[in-house]
Amino acid sequence: MGSYYINRTFFFDVHPPLGKMLIGLAGYLSGYDGTFPFQKPGDRYEQHNYMGMRGFCAFLGSCLVPFAYLTVLELSKSLPAALLTAFLLIFDTGCITLSQYILLDPILMFFLMGAVLSMVKCNTCADRPFSTSWWFWLSLTGVNLAGAMGVKFVGLFVVLLVGLNTIYDLWDLLGNLSLSLVLFGKHLLARVLCLILLPLALYMAMFAVHFAVLNKSGPGDGFFSSAFQSQLIGNNLHNVSVPEYLAYGSVVTMKNLQMAGGYLHSHWHLYPEGIGARQQQVTAYLHKDLNNLWIIKKHDSNTAGLLDPSSPVEFVRHGDIIRLEHKETSRNLHSHQHEAPLTRKHFQVTGYGINGTGDSNDFWRIEVVSRKIGKLIKVLRSQIRLTHVATGCILGSSGKTLPKWGWEQVEVTCTPYLKETPNSLWNVEDHINPKLPNISLDVLKPSFVEILLESHMVMIRGNSGLKPKDNEVTSKPWHWPINYQGLRFSGVNETDYRVYLLGNPVIWWLNLVTIGLYILIAIPATVTLKRGVQLTSELKELSQVLLRGGGQITLGWLLHYLPFFMMGRVLYFHHYFPAMLFSSMLTGITWDTLLRFCTGFLSSSTTARKVYGGGILVLVLLIMYSFYLFHPLSYGMIGPMASDPSSPMAGLRWMESWEF
Amino acid sequence: MLGFLKNPIVVTAEINMNLLALTAMGLISRLRGLSYPRAVVFDEVYYGQFVSLYMKRIFFVDDSGPPFGHMLLALGGYLGGFDGNFLWNRIGAENSLITQSRFMLLESILIFFILLAVLSYLKFYNSQSYSSFSGSWWFWLLLTGVACSCAVGVKYMGLFTYMLLLVITGLHFWHMIGDQTLSNVSLMCHFLARGLALIIIPVTMYLSFFYVHLALLYRSGPHDQIMTSAFQASLEGGLARITQGQPLEVAYGSQITLRNVLGKPMQCWLHSHKNTYPIRYENGRGSSHQQQVTCYPFKDVNNWWIVKDPGMQQLVVSNPPRPVRHGHIVQLVHGITTRYLNTHDVAAPLSPHSQEVSCYIDYNISMPAQNLWRVEIVNRESDTDVWKTILSEVRFVHVNTSAVLKLSGASLPEWGYRQLEVVGEKLSKGYHQSMVWNVEEHRYGKSQEQKEREVELHSPTQMDISKNLSFMAKFAELQWKILTLKNEDTEHKYSSSALDWITMDTNIAYWLHPTSGAQIHLIGNVLTWASANVATLVYMCLSLWYLVRRRRRIYDIPEDAWQLWVSAGGICVGGWAVNYLPFFLMEKTLFLYHYLPALTFQILLIPIVLQHLSNHLCRSLLPKSMFSALIVAWFSSVYLVYCTFSPVTYGEPSLSVAELKDLRWKDSWNILIRKR
Repeated sequence: MGSYYINRTFFFDVHPPLGKMLIGLAGYLSGYDGTFPFQKPGDRYEQHNYMGMRGFCAFLGSCLVPFAYLTVLELSKSLPAALLTAFLLIFDTGCITLSQYILLDPILMFFLMGAVLSMVKCNTCADRPFSTSWWFWLSLTGVNLAGAMGVKFVGLFVVLLVGLNTIYDLWDLLGNLSLSLVLFGKHLLARVLCLILLPLALYMAMFAVHFAVLNKSGPGDGFFSSAFQSQLIGNNLHNVSVPEYLAYGSVVTMKNLQMAGGYLHSHWHLYPEGIGARQQQVTAYLHKDLNNLWIIKKHDSNTAGLLDPSSPVEFVRHGDIIRLEHKETSRNLHSHQHEAPLTRKHFQVTGYGINGTGDSNDFWRIEVVSRKIGKLIKVLRSQIRLTHVATGCILGSSGKTLPKWGWEQVEVTCTPYLKETPNSLWNVEDHINPKLPNISLDVLKPSFVEILLESHMVMIRGNSGLKPKDNEVTSKPWHWPINYQGLRFSGVNETDYRVYLLGNPVIWWLNLVTIGLYILIAIPATVTLKRGVQLTSELKELSQVLLRGGGQITLGWLLHYLPFFMMGRVLYFHHYFPAMLFSSMLTGITWDTLLRFCTGFLSSSTTARKVYGGGILVLVLLIMYSFYLFHPLSYGMIGPMASDPSSPMAGLRWMESWEF
Repeated sequence: MLGFLKNPIVVTAEINMNLLALTAMGLISRLRGLSYPRAVVFDEVYYGQFVSLYMKRIFFVDDSGPPFGHMLLALGGYLGGFDGNFLWNRIGAENSLITQSRFMLLESILIFFILLAVLSYLKFYNSQSYSSFSGSWWFWLLLTGVACSCAVGVKYMGLFTYMLLLVITGLHFWHMIGDQTLSNVSLMCHFLARGLALIIIPVTMYLSFFYVHLALLYRSGPHDQIMTSAFQASLEGGLARITQGQPLEVAYGSQITLRNVLGKPMQCWLHSHKNTYPIRYENGRGSSHQQQVTCYPFKDVNNWWIVKDPGMQQLVVSNPPRPVRHGHIVQLVHGITTRYLNTHDVAAPLSPHSQEVSCYIDYNISMPAQNLWRVEIVNRESDTDVWKTILSEVRFVHVNTSAVLKLSGASLPEWGYRQLEVVGEKLSKGYHQSMVWNVEEHRYGKSQEQKEREVELHSPTQMDISKNLSFMAKFAELQWKILTLKNEDTEHKYSSSALDWITMDTNIAYWLHPTSGAQIHLIGNVLTWASANVATLVYMCLSLWYLVRRRRRIYDIPEDAWQLWVSAGGICVGGWAVNYLPFFLMEKTLFLYHYLPALTFQILLIPIVLQHLSNHLCRSLLPKSMFSALIVAWFSSVYLVYCTFSPVTYGEPSLSVAELKDLRWKDSWNILIRKR
C-alpha cells in the first residue's frame, strides 16, 4: 500500500490513510522505490528495499512494552506489577509476530497505547492542573487519539475509553464545590480543545495530505462518485469537457449513485440456465470498460436516422420514453417479470434483441429527481431514475455480488418497490456526442469537506461489505481469548519457511484466567466498601488500585473486545490484539494485588516479602520458559508440520485447531 | 401508571374507578367491530398458519420468536374467540396501538406482558419499603418474573425489557447494600429472593414453554428439513417412520445413506450415479472422467452406500456385527454401481482448489484407486466410540491425501443434473458443518449377490430399536435453530428503517376491501407520537439540568419529587431506549410495528412529564390554569386526530378518493388509492 503513496496514484482501502502514509514515508526515507507490486503473500522481495518499512513497524511494535510498563507503573505504583506486564508483552509470540511485518496493527497499537499512557499520566497530574506537564500529557492524548483513529477505525474504541474517562473526570470536578464555575469552564474548554478540536484538526490534516499526495488516477477511482473522480489527474473526468445536455444518439456511461456503485454494464455472456430467462447479462461493474457504454435511442424510431449527421440534434427530456442500446453487443436494456438472480423479489434485467430491435419490454421512462416534465437532462449533475414502462419497476443495483457466472460483478435488478434510494438512481458520467459542442464542467469541484465525507462513506461501506462468503470458515470473537486458532502468516507446506501468528498460550490462558479472577476479587471488594466495613489503610490502597486502575483497564478491554461480537464483517484473529494489551496490563495489576493481599496475612514481614517476590518470579519464569518453547512460531520454522509426530513442534500442538 | 406512583400505598376507590373506566375505554376502542373485516389481514396470514399447525399438532419452526406467543394465540382460538389481549393503556386514543391489538398479531401480547412486568415490579418496589417478604411483596415479585418470562416467550424483543428490569433491580439492590441498617443475613435473603423470582423462575418457565411446544407438536411438518436427523427422528410420521427400528451401530457391511449436516443450500444425501464427469469442462480443464459423486436433495436408491472393511471382500454384516469405531479405516461402496468412493489429485469441477471426488473406474491409465477413508466421529465422547446411526456426526478423511469429504455448496451444470458438488477439501481448516455427515437410514446388509442387493436396496428399511433425544438436547437444538435461522434478506413494500419510526414517516397497510376504498392501516396518531417525542426530549433536558444543578448542590425540587422523577422517568425512557435503540444494530427487515413497545413506554412518559411540569414549574395560579387549559386542548386534539383516522384504523366506513387524499398528511405515507 505504501507503494501508492510513493507513486502518488489514487487507491482505495477500507482503513483511514495515516498508517499507510507512515509506512510509505518510512519506505521513502529508506530508499524503497515503490515498484514492488505486493500482489500476494509469498512473493519474493528480491532486490527491493523493504527493511526500512519492516524496521519502522517493528520499532513501533517494540514501543508497546515500555508504554505498557509505564502505564501499569502509574496505575498501581508497583514495580513488580509493571515488570510482570512488560514480560508478558515481551514474551508473547503473537505480539512479536504481529509487529515484525509491514502491517497496520503495530502502528495502531502504538498510538492506542500512547493514548492510554498519556491519559493515565494526565490523570496523575490532576493535582496541578494547567501546569506544563498537564498540558503536555493532555495534548499528547489528543495527538495519539488522532493517530489511532487515522490508522484504523478500531481507534474509535480508545477514543471512547478516553472520552468516558474525561466525562468521569469532569463530573468529579463539577462536584467539587471549592472549584468556581469559571475554573470549571476552563477545565472543560481545555479538554474540548485538546481532546476534540486538536485530534479533529490533525485527522483532517491527515486526509488533506492524503488527497494532496494522491493526485493521480489509479485503481481506486471507480469506487468514488463522478465528482470525486474529476479531481484526479489522469482520470477521464479530470478537466472534462463534455456536451452538457443529454441528447438522442449520445453514447453514455451510467453510474449508480450509491456509494461505491458501479457502472451499468453488459457483456456477451448469458444468464445461466435456471436463473431467469437465458438472455444476456446486465450487471454493475466498478471498473472502467468499453462494455459500460450505452447508446440512448428513441423508443419508436430506428437507428439509421439518428446516425445521419445532417439531422438536427434532439435532446432527451424528463419523462421521455427511451431505449438504451448496449454499444458493444447492440442489445437493448430489457426487463421482464422473471425473478432477479439474487434479490428474488425484484425483476431480472437483461440485454435483449438483435441489432437494437427488441420488444416493448425495452422501453424505459427517464426521469430526473425533483424536476418538472419536459426539462433537459444534465450530464453528471442530474440524478436519473429509469422506470420500466411495461412493469413499472425501477432500474437499480442491489449491491450484491453475483457468483462466478456473473464474473463477480454486482447485480442489477428492476425493483417494484418504489422507494427513493441511491440504489435506484443513476447519473450520466461519460457523454459522447459529436454533434454537440463540448462544455468544460468545473462546477463539479467538490469541497474538501465533501471529499472527506464521501471517502468516509466509501470506507464504511467497504468495511461492512467485507462479509464472509458462504461456507467459508471464519474466526469468531469467542475464539480469540482462548487462543483457539491462529493465522498463517507465511508458508503452508513442510518445505516452506513458516510463520504462524498465535499468542503464547501460557500467557493468553493466564490472561484469560486473570479476567475471571479479577471479577472474583473485585465484586467482594466493592461490596465490602459499599457496606462501609472499616479497612486498614494498606487494604484501602490495594482496593483503590484494584478498582480504579484495574477498572479503567477492564473497561479498555471490554471496549476493545465486545463490539466485535456485533460486527457483521469478516473478523480475523489479529483484531483481538489491542484488547490483549489491556488484558496483559490487567494481569500484571491483578496478580500483584492478589499476592500483596495474600502475603499481608503472613505474620512476619520478611517471609511476606519473600513469598511475594517468589510468586512474581515464578510467574516470570513460567512466561520465559513458555516463550522458549513457542518461539519458533514467530521466528519461523522449517520442517514437518506439527501434526506429524516427527516434528519438533509436535508436543506443542496443545489444541487440535492450531495449524503450525 | 401515574396513579400508582402517586399513591403507592393506598389504592383508593377513586383510582379503581379510573382504572376501570380506562380499561373499559380501552376495551371499547379495541373490540369495536372486531369481527370486521372477515378476511385475513397482513401477518395474520402468517400467524394464523401457525395456529392451525398447533391445532393439528404439526411441528414448525418460526424464527421470529419463541413459541409462547403462538401458543397463546392457539389457546385463544381454541377457547372459541380471540379476546383483545390489550387490557390497559393510559391513553385510549392511540390509533396504531388499536390497530395492532385488534388483530391476531404478537405485538399486543408482548406489550401486555411488558407492561405487566413493569407494573408489578413497581408494585413490588413500593411494597418493599414497608413490608418486605409479605404476601403482596412476594406476589408482585413473582408476577414480575412470570410476566418477564412470558414477554420473552412471546418475542425475543421482550428480552430487552427483561434486561432493563434486571438492571433496575440490580441498582436498587446496590442501594440496599449501602444501607447499613440491614443485616448481612437479610441482605442475603433479599438477594436470593430476587435471584429466584427474576432469574430462576423465568428460565424455568421459558424452558417449560418449549417443553409444552415440543410436547404438543409431535408430528412432522413443513420445517423438518432444517433440523438434524436425530431431531426429525423424534417426530411422528416424518423420518421417524423410516428410521424407527434401525440398528444403532454402524458395522462393516452396513447399508447407509449419508446426509450432510450443514443442510445448506438444501438438505442432501451423498449420491452417485452411472454418469461420469465430462472429459473436459467448458473452461478447458480436464477431469478424471470417472463416475460422478454428488449430493442429491431427494431420497433415491442411489443414495445408498455400503461400509466395507478394506481387508475383506464381503459386503454383508457378519454375525455378530463388527461395529465401526472412531479412527477406523473403511471403504464406501456405492450400492447400485458397486464402485468405491474415491478422491485424487484432480481439481474438482467447480472448486478447482479442492480435489475431485468420484466413484473409481479403472481406465488403465496408471491412476490407482485411492479409496481408503478414515472415519472421524466429531461429537465423540471417547476415542473408541462406535459410529452410531443418526447420532454420530462423522468426517471422512481420505487416507492418502488427508482431504476431507465436503459439500462445496455449488450446484453442478447440466452434465451433473444440477445436483450439488461434493469435493475433497485439502486445507480443512477447523470444524465446519459442510464437512460433517451423519447416517440417516441404515440397515445391516444381508445379500451376497448384487442382484439381490439391488432388491434389498430398493426395499424400505425395517428393523427395531428406537432412540429418542432428551428434552434438553431438543431444546438446545431448536433454540439454536430459531436464533440462527435467517430469513432471506427480504425487502417488503412496507418495511421501514428504524429512523422513520420516531417521526412516523411510514405506515403499513393491513387490509384493503376488494371493491370499496375501505382499508386498514397501521398508522400512528401523529399528535400522540409528536407529543411523546417532545416529552422524551423535555425529560432528558430537564434531567440533565437537574443533575448538573444537584451536582453543584443546588436543589430545585424536593427530594421525593426528584426520586419520583428519576425512577418513573427512568423506567419509561429506559424502556423506550431498550426497545428502540437495538433495532439500529439489526439487519433484519424492520416494520413499523416493531416500534410499538417502545412507543408505549414513550407515551407513558407524557403524563409524568405533564404532571411534573404542572407541579413544579407552574407555581402561581394563572400559569397553572393556563396549563390545564392547554392539556384539555391537547386531549381534545388527540381525540380529533383519532376520529379523523378511525376509518383507516377500523376499516369502516369506506372513504372516497378525495377523503383518502386528505388523510395523506405526509408524502411518505402509503395510503392506497384505487384507480378509477
